[in-house]
Amino acid sequence: MSGELKETPLREVHLELGARMVGFAGWDMPIRYGSNLEEHKVVRQAAGAFDISHMGQFVVEGAGAARWLNGLLTNNVDRLGEGEAHYTFLLNERGGVIDDLILYRLQEESFLLVVNAAKIGEDLSCLKAANKERQVELQDRSEEMAGMAIQGPLVADVYSRMMGGRTLPPRNGVDDFEMEGQRILVCRTGYTGEDGFELFCDSGAGSHWFRSALEDGARACGLAARDTLRLEMCYPLNGSDLSPERTPLEAGLGFFVDLEKEDFIGREALMAQKAEGLVERLAAVKCLEEGPPIRAGCTVMDGDGNELGRLTSGTLSPSLGIGIGLAYLPREVAQEGTPLEIEVRGRMIPAEVVKKPFYKKP
Amino acid sequence: MNIPDHLHYTPDHEWVKIEGDLATVGITDHAQEELSDVVFVELPSVGQAVGSGDEVGTVESVKAASPIYAPLGGEVVEINTELEGDPSVINSSPYEEGWIFKVRLQDSGDLDDLLDVAGYEDLIS
Repeated sequence: MSGELKETPLREVHLELGARMVGFAGWDMPIRYGSNLEEHKVVRQAAGAFDISHMGQFVVEGAGAARWLNGLLTNNVDRLGEGEAHYTFLLNERGGVIDDLILYRLQEESFLLVVNAAKIGEDLSCLKAANKERQVELQDRSEEMAGMAIQGPLVADVYSRMMGGRTLPPRNGVDDFEMEGQRILVCRTGYTGEDGFELFCDSGAGSHWFRSALEDGARACGLAARDTLRLEMCYPLNGSDLSPERTPLEAGLGFFVDLEKEDFIGREALMAQKAEGLVERLAAVKCLEEGPPIRAGCTVMDGDGNELGRLTSGTLSPSLGIGIGLAYLPREVAQEGTPLEIEVRGRMIPAEVVKKPFYKKP
Repeated sequence: MNIPDHLHYTPDHEWVKIEGDLATVGITDHAQEELSDVVFVELPSVGQAVGSGDEVGTVESVKAASPIYAPLGGEVVEINTELEGDPSVINSSPYEEGWIFKVRLQDSGDLDDLLDVAGYEDLIS
């Protein structure tokens, strides 16, 4: 990472709590406050609070905003009601992933896009290129907004305490309101597999709401726990599991791609790929015995020592106590039950392809 | 940060307890704090001959693997197999139950290369 790291609006709280900070996507972010395994567990069992202020926010408004977005993004905006959000992709012409994002429909023709920190610049140039005739009003609000994700089975109670008895919107629902004179945007979404919400507000109010979440029952959790939680759910991380060379179909995320709608960037490439059949698929790979943690970059082999691919993500699952990872593998191999071996420093760890996700709520 | 007086230290954040010609080795409180939760330990083998500075094992957290070095040359005479069942002992008791291996020293002259408490404090401050 070159140059100065950006500081999030919640930084003072992280430092007070003694967070360990690391550079991530150009931002100085808390990786953990104490034990990352405990932070993982807190989210599975109670409630954890993550700073997601590094993520980017764009507002798209104006007559025709829905139609304009529908011509760019893979998911069908027409299926998104007011006050709802969905997961969608911005692709290149080859159908490869530029970014995966959440699209919020605040009003009929008013949208918020929440994008990955590392992709803010690329996303924006892509959107601007499509807006040469000023069809819509496009604003980058990334610098002005703080964001936090409160996640875990107890979040509904945390939220109610934070917001004076207010209840959470339904799953994937958005609530846009004022509280204590501040505009708050809340969506019941997350990246952990638990119930949860993501809250966006003005930067200046960020620390206040983050502290409020902590006082009302959530525990601060860092990026390390966020990564193990998302990987247990097989949620992809852009830049690792998603890339400009891989399509959402190969990643097994065709559910968020509507090939039936008129057009979007990359549609033709995806249609062709679908017609020809996929060569590789992103498979969930689980170790069969304990051993050293498997990590991104580890080679995945068949039983005869032939290289099949490399892990795009890998970790020791805190919930399952065993190595888990994702890898693009030949389609015929990417089938539940296929035996594999994963190489860690010269040692072969027996593994197999399993059904996604790795973790299911008990 | 806990840095006991009676131990020697290395720039690789290991501690060494010398008792006669026997050296017990582990990682420091600072090292376990930096690593975060240890989830896997790869131990050297009993009987293995090691030279000072040799990589003899690995301590891994969820995020990273870091090598364990032999701070002194000799023969590995004992390993802490308890760590294979519960590596988190390295976090909870880095200087006691979290010891990693013991070396029968070949050459006590190697000791000059180790740091004392003040030297190690300087290193991590």
